[in-house]
Amino acid sequence: MNLVRLKGVPILQQLHLEERLLRKSSDNWCIINDGTHDPTIVMGISGKPVELLEIDPVLQDELPVIQRFTGGGTVIVDQGTVFVTFICNKDAVPGLQSYPRPIMSWSSLVYQKVFQGIGDFSLRENDYVLGNHKFGGNAQSIIKNRWLHHTSFLWDYEISNMRYLKLPKRTPEYRQARGHLEFICRMKDYIPRSNFIDRTIDAVGNHFLVRSMELEAIKYPSGTKFQPSSRLLRKQELEEAEFDSRTGVFINGLLRSLDLCSLVNREYGIYNFSNFGHGWNE
Amino acid sequence: MASKLWASRAASYFRISIFHRGFATVIKDFKYADTHEWVKVDGSSATVGITDHAQDHLGDVVYVELPEVGTAVTQGGSFGAVESVKATSDINSPISGKVVEVNKELNNSPGLVNASPYENGWIIKVEIGNSEEVKSLMDSDQYSKFCEEEDAKH
Repeated sequence: MNLVRLKGVPILQQLHLEERLLRKSSDNWCIINDGTHDPTIVMGISGKPVELLEIDPVLQDELPVIQRFTGGGTVIVDQGTVFVTFICNKDAVPGLQSYPRPIMSWSSLVYQKVFQGIGDFSLRENDYVLGNHKFGGNAQSIIKNRWLHHTSFLWDYEISNMRYLKLPKRTPEYRQARGHLEFICRMKDYIPRSNFIDRTIDAVGNHFLVRSMELEAIKYPSGTKFQPSSRLLRKQELEEAEFDSRTGVFINGLLRSLDLCSLVNREYGIYNFSNFGHGWNE
Repeated sequence: MASKLWASRAASYFRISIFHRGFATVIKDFKYADTHEWVKVDGSSATVGITDHAQDHLGDVVYVELPEVGTAVTQGGSFGAVESVKATSDINSPISGKVVEVNKELNNSPGLVNASPYENGWIIKVEIGNSEEVKSLMDSDQYSKFCEEEDAKH
Protein backbone atom coordinates (compact mmCIF):
# COMPACT_ATOMS: atom_id res chain seq x y z
CA MET A 1 0.00 0.00 0.00
CA ASN A 2 1.29 3.44 -0.95
CA LEU A 3 1.17 5.88 1.94
CA VAL A 4 0.80 9.58 1.15
CA ARG A 5 1.08 11.97 4.07
CA LEU A 6 -0.33 15.44 3.55
CA LYS A 7 -0.67 18.43 5.82
CA GLY A 8 -3.18 21.22 5.39
CA VAL A 9 -4.12 20.28 1.83
CA PRO A 10 -7.46 21.86 0.85
CA ILE A 11 -10.23 19.29 1.10
CA LEU A 12 -11.39 19.75 -2.51
CA GLN A 13 -7.87 19.02 -3.74
CA GLN A 14 -7.78 15.93 -1.52
CA LEU A 15 -11.13 14.71 -2.87
CA HIS A 16 -10.01 15.22 -6.47
CA LEU A 17 -6.82 13.27 -5.79
CA GLU A 18 -8.75 10.45 -4.11
CA GLU A 19 -11.27 10.08 -6.89
CA ARG A 20 -8.54 10.04 -9.53
CA LEU A 21 -6.57 7.38 -7.66
CA LEU A 22 -9.74 5.32 -7.20
CA ARG A 23 -10.69 5.38 -10.88
CA LYS A 24 -7.32 5.58 -12.62
CA SER A 25 -4.79 3.77 -10.42
CA SER A 26 -4.45 0.04 -9.85
CA ASP A 27 -2.42 0.39 -6.63
CA ASN A 28 -3.61 0.37 -3.03
CA TRP A 29 -3.36 3.70 -1.22
CA CYS A 30 -3.56 5.19 2.23
CA ILE A 31 -3.83 8.96 2.27
CA ILE A 32 -3.54 10.91 5.50
CA ASN A 33 -4.25 14.66 5.41
CA ASP A 34 -3.44 16.30 8.70
CA GLY A 35 -5.92 19.16 8.77
CA THR A 36 -7.32 21.25 5.98
CA HIS A 37 -6.72 24.94 5.66
CA ASP A 38 -10.01 26.80 5.73
CA PRO A 39 -13.30 25.74 7.35
CA THR A 40 -15.32 24.04 4.64
CA ILE A 41 -18.69 22.29 4.55
CA VAL A 42 -18.62 18.96 2.74
CA MET A 43 -21.89 17.24 1.77
CA GLY A 44 -22.33 13.71 0.42
CA ILE A 45 -23.31 12.95 -3.17
CA SER A 46 -27.02 13.41 -2.59
CA GLY A 47 -26.85 16.23 -0.10
CA LYS A 48 -29.28 19.13 -0.54
CA PRO A 49 -28.17 22.45 0.97
CA VAL A 50 -31.70 23.50 1.89
CA GLU A 51 -32.14 20.35 4.00
CA LEU A 52 -28.70 20.19 5.57
CA LEU A 53 -27.42 23.72 5.99
CA GLU A 54 -28.38 26.98 7.69
CA ILE A 55 -27.82 28.77 4.39
CA ASP A 56 -28.08 32.37 5.67
CA PRO A 57 -25.02 32.22 7.94
CA VAL A 58 -23.17 30.07 5.36
CA LEU A 59 -23.69 32.82 2.77
CA GLN A 60 -22.97 35.65 5.21
CA ASP A 61 -19.71 34.09 6.35
CA GLU A 62 -18.87 32.92 2.81
CA LEU A 63 -18.14 29.36 3.86
CA PRO A 64 -17.25 27.12 0.93
CA VAL A 65 -19.69 24.22 0.38
CA ILE A 66 -18.49 21.12 -1.45
CA GLN A 67 -20.49 18.19 -2.80
CA ARG A 68 -18.24 15.13 -2.68
CA PHE A 69 -18.28 11.96 -4.76
CA THR A 70 -18.90 9.59 -1.84
CA GLY A 71 -22.13 8.90 0.03
CA GLY A 72 -22.97 9.80 3.58
CA GLY A 73 -23.68 12.92 5.54
CA THR A 74 -22.47 16.47 5.99
CA VAL A 75 -19.39 17.56 7.86
CA ILE A 76 -17.66 20.83 8.53
CA VAL A 77 -13.93 20.39 8.33
CA ASP A 78 -11.02 22.61 9.27
CA GLN A 79 -7.54 22.52 10.74
CA GLY A 80 -8.83 20.34 13.57
CA THR A 81 -9.88 17.54 11.21
CA VAL A 82 -7.62 14.63 10.37
CA PHE A 83 -8.49 12.68 7.23
CA VAL A 84 -7.60 9.06 6.56
CA THR A 85 -8.49 7.37 3.29
CA PHE A 86 -8.07 3.81 2.07
CA ILE A 87 -8.26 3.06 -1.64
CA CYS A 88 -8.02 -0.65 -2.42
CA ASN A 89 -8.43 -3.23 -5.13
CA LYS A 90 -11.35 -5.49 -4.39
CA ASP A 91 -9.05 -8.43 -3.69
CA ALA A 92 -6.63 -6.42 -1.54
CA VAL A 93 -8.05 -7.70 1.73
CA PRO A 94 -8.44 -11.50 1.56
CA GLY A 95 -12.03 -12.60 2.07
CA LEU A 96 -13.48 -9.07 2.02
CA GLN A 97 -16.55 -8.48 -0.17
CA SER A 98 -16.56 -5.01 -1.65
CA TYR A 99 -19.89 -3.91 -0.27
CA PRO A 100 -20.47 -1.06 2.22
CA ARG A 101 -20.88 -3.00 5.44
CA PRO A 102 -17.97 -5.45 5.11
CA ILE A 103 -15.64 -2.58 4.18
CA MET A 104 -16.89 -0.59 7.16
CA SER A 105 -16.29 -3.59 9.45
CA TRP A 106 -12.76 -4.10 8.15
CA SER A 107 -11.89 -0.43 8.65
CA SER A 108 -13.08 -0.62 12.24
CA LEU A 109 -10.63 -3.45 12.90
CA VAL A 110 -7.79 -1.15 11.84
CA TYR A 111 -8.90 1.57 14.23
CA GLN A 112 -9.62 -0.91 17.00
CA LYS A 113 -5.88 -1.46 17.00
CA VAL A 114 -5.19 2.29 16.97
CA PHE A 115 -7.31 2.91 20.05
CA GLN A 116 -6.37 -0.22 21.95
CA GLY A 117 -5.76 0.82 25.54
CA ILE A 118 -6.73 4.44 24.82
CA GLY A 119 -10.49 4.65 24.74
CA ASP A 120 -13.71 2.70 24.46
CA PHE A 121 -13.61 2.61 20.63
CA SER A 122 -16.28 0.96 18.56
CA LEU A 123 -18.13 1.16 15.28
CA ARG A 124 -21.73 2.18 16.04
CA GLU A 125 -23.91 1.79 12.96
CA ASN A 126 -21.60 3.65 10.53
CA ASP A 127 -19.73 5.96 12.88
CA TYR A 128 -16.57 5.62 14.92
CA VAL A 129 -17.37 6.38 18.53
CA LEU A 130 -15.61 6.63 21.85
CA GLY A 131 -18.23 5.54 24.33
CA ASN A 132 -21.36 6.75 22.56
CA HIS A 133 -19.86 9.95 21.18
CA LYS A 134 -19.01 10.18 17.51
CA PHE A 135 -15.52 11.31 16.59
CA GLY A 136 -15.15 9.91 13.09
CA GLY A 137 -17.54 10.02 10.13
CA ASN A 138 -17.21 7.59 7.24
CA ALA A 139 -18.09 7.52 3.58
CA GLN A 140 -17.31 5.22 0.68
CA SER A 141 -17.24 4.89 -3.06
CA ILE A 142 -17.34 1.44 -4.62
CA ILE A 143 -16.60 0.83 -8.30
CA LYS A 144 -16.26 -2.34 -10.32
CA ASN A 145 -12.94 -3.64 -9.00
CA ARG A 146 -11.95 -1.11 -6.35
CA TRP A 147 -13.28 0.62 -3.29
CA LEU A 148 -12.55 3.72 -1.27
CA HIS A 149 -13.27 4.33 2.38
CA HIS A 150 -12.53 7.70 3.91
CA THR A 151 -12.94 9.11 7.36
CA SER A 152 -12.92 12.61 8.77
CA PHE A 153 -11.73 12.49 12.35
CA LEU A 154 -12.68 15.22 14.81
CA TRP A 155 -9.38 15.78 16.52
CA ASP A 156 -10.75 19.16 17.51
CA TYR A 157 -13.60 21.38 16.39
CA GLU A 158 -14.98 24.89 16.82
CA ILE A 159 -18.29 24.95 18.66
CA SER A 160 -19.28 28.03 16.68
CA ASN A 161 -19.11 26.02 13.41
CA MET A 162 -22.04 23.89 14.49
CA ARG A 163 -24.40 26.78 13.74
CA TYR A 164 -23.96 26.20 9.99
CA LEU A 165 -25.46 22.71 10.08
CA LYS A 166 -29.07 21.66 10.52
CA LEU A 167 -29.94 18.47 12.33
CA PRO A 168 -30.06 15.92 9.52
CA LYS A 169 -33.30 14.08 8.68
CA ARG A 170 -31.55 10.72 8.63
CA THR A 171 -29.70 10.06 11.86
CA PRO A 172 -28.36 6.87 13.43
CA GLU A 173 -30.50 5.36 16.18
CA TYR A 174 -27.81 5.67 18.78
CA ARG A 175 -27.82 9.44 18.31
CA GLN A 176 -31.18 9.52 20.16
CA ALA A 177 -32.06 13.06 19.08
CA ARG A 178 -28.95 14.55 20.70
CA GLY A 179 -27.82 17.92 19.38
CA HIS A 180 -24.42 18.26 17.66
CA LEU A 181 -22.45 19.10 20.80
CA GLU A 182 -23.95 16.28 22.88
CA PHE A 183 -23.38 13.79 20.08
CA ILE A 184 -19.73 14.34 19.12
CA CYS A 185 -16.47 14.37 21.05
CA ARG A 186 -12.92 15.57 20.46
CA MET A 187 -10.20 13.00 19.78
CA LYS A 188 -7.66 15.37 21.38
CA ASP A 189 -9.15 14.51 24.76
CA TYR A 190 -7.93 10.95 24.26
CA ILE A 191 -4.77 10.90 22.15
CA PRO A 192 -2.12 13.35 20.86
CA ARG A 193 -2.48 14.16 17.18
CA SER A 194 0.86 12.83 15.97
CA ASN A 195 0.37 9.73 18.08
CA PHE A 196 -2.93 9.02 16.34
CA ILE A 197 -1.32 9.32 12.93
CA ASP A 198 1.66 7.15 13.87
CA ARG A 199 -0.56 4.49 15.40
CA THR A 200 -2.78 4.51 12.31
CA ILE A 201 0.21 3.94 10.05
CA ASP A 202 1.36 1.09 12.31
CA ALA A 203 -2.09 -0.48 12.26
CA VAL A 204 -2.21 -0.29 8.46
CA GLY A 205 1.18 -1.99 8.45
CA ASN A 206 -0.46 -5.03 10.08
CA HIS A 207 -2.50 -5.51 6.90
CA PHE A 208 -0.26 -4.20 4.12
CA LEU A 209 3.37 -3.64 3.26
CA VAL A 210 3.44 0.15 3.44
CA ARG A 211 5.72 2.32 1.30
CA SER A 212 5.77 6.09 1.55
CA MET A 213 5.16 8.20 -1.50
CA GLU A 214 5.39 11.94 -1.96
CA LEU A 215 2.43 13.89 -3.32
CA GLU A 216 4.62 15.39 -6.03
CA ALA A 217 5.17 11.92 -7.49
CA ILE A 218 1.44 11.49 -8.14
CA LYS A 219 0.19 15.04 -8.47
CA TYR A 220 0.42 15.55 -12.21
CA PRO A 221 -0.04 12.32 -14.09
CA SER A 222 0.96 12.45 -17.69
CA GLY A 223 -1.51 11.38 -20.36
CA THR A 224 -4.44 10.57 -18.04
CA LYS A 225 -7.58 12.62 -18.54
CA PHE A 226 -9.91 12.64 -15.60
CA GLN A 227 -12.78 14.90 -14.59
CA PRO A 228 -13.47 14.59 -10.86
CA SER A 229 -17.06 14.89 -9.72
CA SER A 230 -16.55 16.53 -6.31
CA ARG A 231 -17.27 20.22 -6.76
CA LEU A 232 -17.58 23.53 -5.04
CA LEU A 233 -21.15 24.81 -5.06
CA ARG A 234 -21.56 28.25 -6.59
CA LYS A 235 -22.85 31.09 -4.43
CA GLN A 236 -25.78 31.37 -6.83
CA GLU A 237 -26.78 27.76 -6.12
CA LEU A 238 -26.87 28.40 -2.39
CA GLU A 239 -28.82 31.61 -2.87
CA GLU A 240 -31.33 29.83 -5.06
CA ALA A 241 -31.68 27.02 -2.51
CA GLU A 242 -32.38 29.57 0.20
CA PHE A 243 -34.87 31.39 -2.01
CA ASP A 244 -36.61 28.11 -2.89
CA SER A 245 -37.03 27.24 0.72
CA ARG A 246 -38.60 30.59 1.49
CA THR A 247 -40.90 31.11 -1.47
CA GLY A 248 -41.60 27.67 -2.90
CA VAL A 249 -40.39 26.06 -6.09
CA PHE A 250 -43.29 27.28 -8.25
CA ILE A 251 -42.85 31.03 -7.62
CA ASN A 252 -39.08 30.73 -7.91
CA GLY A 253 -39.45 28.94 -11.26
CA LEU A 254 -41.52 31.80 -12.69
CA LEU A 255 -39.10 34.46 -11.50
CA ARG A 256 -36.06 32.57 -12.78
CA SER A 257 -37.17 33.07 -16.38
CA LEU A 258 -33.79 32.46 -17.84
CA ASP A 259 -33.64 29.10 -16.08
CA LEU A 260 -37.33 28.23 -16.57
CA CYS A 261 -36.89 26.10 -19.66
CA SER A 262 -33.93 24.15 -18.35
CA LEU A 263 -35.81 23.59 -15.07
CA VAL A 264 -38.86 22.19 -16.90
CA ASN A 265 -36.67 20.12 -19.17
CA ARG A 266 -34.76 18.76 -16.21
CA GLU A 267 -37.92 17.93 -14.27
CA TYR A 268 -40.19 16.72 -17.06
CA GLY A 269 -37.89 16.08 -20.01
CA ILE A 270 -40.36 17.50 -22.51
CA TYR A 271 -38.64 20.62 -23.74
CA ASN A 272 -35.75 20.02 -26.10
CA PHE A 273 -33.30 22.90 -26.38
CA SER A 274 -32.15 21.72 -29.76
CA ASN A 275 -35.59 22.74 -31.02
CA PHE A 276 -35.63 26.03 -29.15
CA GLY A 277 -38.28 28.24 -30.62
CA HIS A 278 -40.16 25.31 -32.15
CA GLY A 279 -42.32 24.66 -29.10
CA TRP A 280 -42.68 21.67 -26.80
CA ASN A 281 -41.46 18.24 -27.73
CA GLU A 282 -43.37 15.39 -26.17
CA MET B 1 -13.73 -20.54 6.06
CA ALA B 2 -11.12 -18.52 7.96
CA SER B 3 -12.45 -15.35 6.34
CA LYS B 4 -16.03 -16.22 7.36
CA LEU B 5 -14.87 -16.81 10.95
CA TRP B 6 -13.00 -13.48 10.93
CA ALA B 7 -16.02 -11.66 9.54
CA SER B 8 -18.45 -13.16 12.03
CA ARG B 9 -16.10 -12.41 14.96
CA ALA B 10 -15.72 -8.83 13.84
CA ALA B 11 -19.47 -8.48 13.37
CA SER B 12 -20.23 -9.93 16.78
CA TYR B 13 -17.56 -7.82 18.55
CA PHE B 14 -18.94 -4.62 17.12
CA ARG B 15 -22.56 -5.65 17.44
CA ILE B 16 -23.02 -5.40 13.69
CA SER B 17 -25.87 -7.39 12.22
CA ILE B 18 -25.15 -8.61 8.75
CA PHE B 19 -28.15 -10.51 7.58
CA HIS B 20 -28.10 -12.00 4.13
CA ARG B 21 -30.87 -14.26 3.00
CA GLY B 22 -29.69 -17.72 2.09
CA PHE B 23 -30.52 -17.07 -1.56
CA ALA B 24 -31.39 -14.12 -3.77
CA THR B 25 -34.26 -14.20 -6.24
CA VAL B 26 -33.62 -14.24 -9.95
CA ILE B 27 -35.99 -13.91 -12.89
CA LYS B 28 -35.79 -16.77 -15.30
CA ASP B 29 -35.74 -14.96 -18.64
CA PHE B 30 -33.44 -12.12 -17.66
CA LYS B 31 -29.71 -12.00 -18.30
CA TYR B 32 -27.13 -11.09 -15.69
CA ALA B 33 -23.72 -9.43 -15.44
CA ASP B 34 -21.02 -10.44 -12.95
CA THR B 35 -21.33 -6.94 -11.48
CA HIS B 36 -24.88 -7.82 -10.39
CA GLU B 37 -27.00 -5.95 -12.91
CA TRP B 38 -29.81 -7.59 -14.85
CA VAL B 39 -31.10 -6.93 -18.35
CA LYS B 40 -34.48 -7.78 -19.85
CA VAL B 41 -34.21 -7.85 -23.62
CA ASP B 42 -37.24 -7.02 -25.71
CA GLY B 43 -36.26 -6.95 -29.38
CA SER B 44 -33.92 -4.02 -29.89
CA SER B 45 -34.72 -2.53 -26.48
CA ALA B 46 -33.61 -3.53 -23.04
CA THR B 47 -34.41 -2.66 -19.45
CA VAL B 48 -31.62 -2.63 -16.87
CA GLY B 49 -31.56 -2.73 -13.08
CA ILE B 50 -29.62 -4.20 -10.18
CA THR B 51 -30.32 -7.67 -8.87
CA ASP B 52 -31.91 -8.81 -5.64
CA HIS B 53 -28.48 -10.04 -4.53
CA ALA B 54 -27.00 -6.59 -5.09
CA GLN B 55 -29.75 -4.67 -3.30
CA ASP B 56 -29.56 -7.04 -0.35
CA HIS B 57 -25.80 -6.53 0.00
CA LEU B 58 -25.91 -2.78 -0.58
CA GLY B 59 -28.52 -2.01 2.06
CA ASP B 60 -31.27 0.61 1.95
CA VAL B 61 -30.88 2.72 -1.17
CA VAL B 62 -31.41 6.40 -0.41
CA TYR B 63 -30.45 7.96 -3.74
CA VAL B 64 -30.03 6.91 -7.36
CA GLU B 65 -27.87 8.96 -9.71
CA LEU B 66 -29.48 8.54 -13.12
CA PRO B 67 -27.87 9.29 -16.48
CA GLU B 68 -29.31 11.75 -18.96
CA VAL B 69 -31.51 10.34 -21.70
CA GLY B 70 -29.42 10.04 -24.84
CA THR B 71 -26.27 9.00 -22.96
CA ALA B 72 -24.26 6.25 -24.61
CA VAL B 73 -23.59 3.20 -22.43
CA THR B 74 -20.98 0.50 -23.04
CA GLN B 75 -21.00 -3.06 -21.78
CA GLY B 76 -19.25 -3.15 -18.42
CA GLY B 77 -19.02 0.64 -18.19
CA SER B 78 -20.61 2.64 -15.38
CA PHE B 79 -23.61 4.82 -16.15
CA GLY B 80 -24.87 5.86 -12.75
CA ALA B 81 -24.67 5.13 -9.06
CA VAL B 82 -26.74 4.21 -6.04
CA GLU B 83 -26.18 5.55 -2.55
CA SER B 84 -26.76 3.22 0.36
CA VAL B 85 -25.48 3.25 3.92
CA LYS B 86 -22.60 5.73 3.44
CA ALA B 87 -21.49 4.49 0.04
CA THR B 88 -21.95 5.41 -3.57
CA SER B 89 -21.75 2.27 -5.70
CA ASP B 90 -21.37 2.38 -9.46
CA ILE B 91 -24.03 0.78 -11.64
CA ASN B 92 -22.53 -0.83 -14.74
CA SER B 93 -24.39 -1.49 -17.97
CA PRO B 94 -24.68 -5.14 -19.04
CA ILE B 95 -25.01 -4.04 -22.67
CA SER B 96 -23.94 -1.26 -25.01
CA GLY B 97 -26.40 1.18 -26.49
CA LYS B 98 -28.16 4.48 -25.88
CA VAL B 99 -30.28 5.42 -22.89
CA VAL B 100 -33.84 6.10 -24.10
CA GLU B 101 -35.61 6.33 -20.74
CA VAL B 102 -34.71 6.57 -17.07
CA ASN B 103 -36.92 5.62 -14.15
CA LYS B 104 -37.77 9.05 -12.73
CA GLU B 105 -39.77 7.39 -9.92
CA LEU B 106 -36.42 6.62 -8.33
CA ASN B 107 -35.87 10.33 -7.70
CA ASN B 108 -38.67 10.34 -5.16
CA SER B 109 -38.64 6.66 -4.20
CA PRO B 110 -35.10 5.27 -4.36
CA GLY B 111 -36.23 2.42 -2.10
CA LEU B 112 -37.98 0.85 -5.10
CA VAL B 113 -34.57 -0.59 -5.94
CA ASN B 114 -34.74 -2.59 -2.72
CA ALA B 115 -38.47 -3.34 -2.67
CA SER B 116 -38.86 -4.29 -6.33
CA PRO B 117 -35.43 -4.70 -7.96
CA TYR B 118 -36.76 -6.49 -11.05
CA GLU B 119 -39.96 -4.50 -11.68
CA ASN B 120 -40.68 -1.05 -10.30
CA GLY B 121 -37.01 -0.57 -9.36
CA TRP B 122 -35.78 -0.72 -12.97
CA ILE B 123 -33.18 1.95 -13.65
CA ILE B 124 -32.72 2.62 -17.38
CA LYS B 125 -34.09 1.52 -20.74
CA VAL B 126 -31.60 1.17 -23.54
CA GLU B 127 -31.73 0.98 -27.32
CA ILE B 128 -29.35 -1.96 -27.83
CA GLY B 129 -26.25 -1.22 -29.87
CA ASN B 130 -24.94 -4.76 -30.30
CA SER B 131 -27.34 -7.65 -29.67
CA GLU B 132 -24.46 -10.16 -29.78
CA GLU B 133 -23.29 -8.86 -26.40
CA VAL B 134 -26.25 -10.49 -24.67
CA LYS B 135 -24.71 -13.90 -25.38
CA SER B 136 -21.81 -13.11 -23.06
CA LEU B 137 -24.14 -12.58 -20.07
CA MET B 138 -25.22 -15.24 -17.59
CA ASP B 139 -28.65 -16.82 -17.54
CA SER B 140 -30.59 -17.09 -14.28
CA ASP B 141 -29.14 -20.48 -13.30
CA GLN B 142 -25.58 -19.42 -14.03
CA TYR B 143 -26.07 -16.19 -12.10
CA SER B 144 -27.56 -17.96 -9.07
CA LYS B 145 -24.54 -20.25 -8.98
CA PHE B 146 -22.23 -17.27 -9.41
CA CYS B 147 -23.80 -15.55 -6.38
CA GLU B 148 -23.54 -18.67 -4.24
CA GLU B 149 -19.86 -19.09 -5.13
CA GLU B 150 -19.13 -15.42 -4.51
CA ASP B 151 -20.78 -15.45 -1.10
CA ALA B 152 -19.05 -18.72 -0.18
CA LYS B 153 -15.63 -17.21 -0.90
CA HIS B 154 -16.12 -14.42 1.62
